[in-house]
Amino acid sequence: MELILIFISAAIVNNFVLAYFLGICPFIGVSNKLSSAFPMGLATTFVMLLTAIVTWLIYHLILVPYDVVYLQYVSFILVVASLVQFVEMFIKKVSQPLYRALGIFLPLITTNCAILGLALFIVLKDYSFVQAIFYGLGAGAGFTLAISIMAGIREELELANVPRAFQGAPITLIVAGLLALAFMGFAGMISV
Amino acid sequence: MKKQVSLFTEYTKGLWDQNPVFKQVLGMCPALAVTVSAMNGIAMALATTFVLTFSSLIISLIRKLIPTQVRIASYIVIIATFVTVVDLVMRAQFPELSKELGPYIPLIVVNCLILGRQEAFSSKNTPLRAVLDALGMGTGFMIALASLGGIREILGSRTLLGVQVMPDAFDPWLVMILPAGAFLTLGLMMGGLNQMVLRKKTREERELAARHLQKPKMSLEHGQEA
Repeated sequence: MELILIFISAAIVNNFVLAYFLGICPFIGVSNKLSSAFPMGLATTFVMLLTAIVTWLIYHLILVPYDVVYLQYVSFILVVASLVQFVEMFIKKVSQPLYRALGIFLPLITTNCAILGLALFIVLKDYSFVQAIFYGLGAGAGFTLAISIMAGIREELELANVPRAFQGAPITLIVAGLLALAFMGFAGMISV
Repeated sequence: MKKQVSLFTEYTKGLWDQNPVFKQVLGMCPALAVTVSAMNGIAMALATTFVLTFSSLIISLIRKLIPTQVRIASYIVIIATFVTVVDLVMRAQFPELSKELGPYIPLIVVNCLILGRQEAFSSKNTPLRAVLDALGMGTGFMIALASLGGIREILGSRTLLGVQVMPDAFDPWLVMILPAGAFLTLGLMMGGLNQMVLRKKTREERELAARHLQKPKMSLEHGQEA
């Protein structure tokens, strides 16, 4: 039960994008089409899950026992970068069409602050291994949800008559603000 | 490549023409997350400027030694080292501020602004230019964060830098200090700035067109007089 609560909390109540402002760059950059936003969300979720597992192991089996916690930022970011590289190679080997569809977006996942943020939050909240996995899955689901909703809205927005000065980033930010207001309705539902 | 610009423009271009937040839309996560108050924004910008300046200096010094294949990884390690320095110093010297900024200080590592400047500028220019560019971008980042934080602080909690500026009769807009307020404020600010730039441009165009129209007229008058 507690694990489900962690999942829902990370996915909806404390949504990474709309409540913690993590992963804004892809959220604004890749959200103009649903067909690219959804796979991007899935790839990010996958990397998040792996990151949660690997960084938890590194933190608790290497950094803490050897008393080198001050290396956590350097080691975490290296883990994320190499994981993304690994996922890229793996997808290229397994499914060429998927690789071509995601192509440019894959390397960009490294600089997605949601990934490193996830690793830091797991340390901060002192989660156990299983909790960390569910937290990672929830955060990924939340990111996928947010970026897909955003892409859906922006596809409609293309048909709307937006003032010239507000085209592009400004209107996207305002829409994101309204989305964040909507997600605030979940606030206080669960406190984990 | 273009002709070398003066050292002065190397600094000033980051303030407005290429302002990281308003013009390049980089470094959005910290810009939105920590700007609940002007002070937080300034502290965040100072930390970012420090990391940006020193990593630009180092990377520009060793730019010919880094193999291109592993350059991104090397940049990230250098940046992460300086972020660790900032984090430890802040935790020791300003524990309250460090607690308030929380995980967003370590997240400077993945601030696209810093990595972007290394890739686009420091890896191709001399150390002096790289440092000036970094300082300019840092100042531009600070202008953006301080103004965003200031607006949100005034409307959301009636204060500016901790001093009350709005009368008690003014009801604080709670939404401004909530996540939604950050998105809305930045969106409106960017839209407003774009509007200003657009209006200036159309006015210039109109003046130019008017001058073009006047010229033949004047020569015609001259012709008539003669």
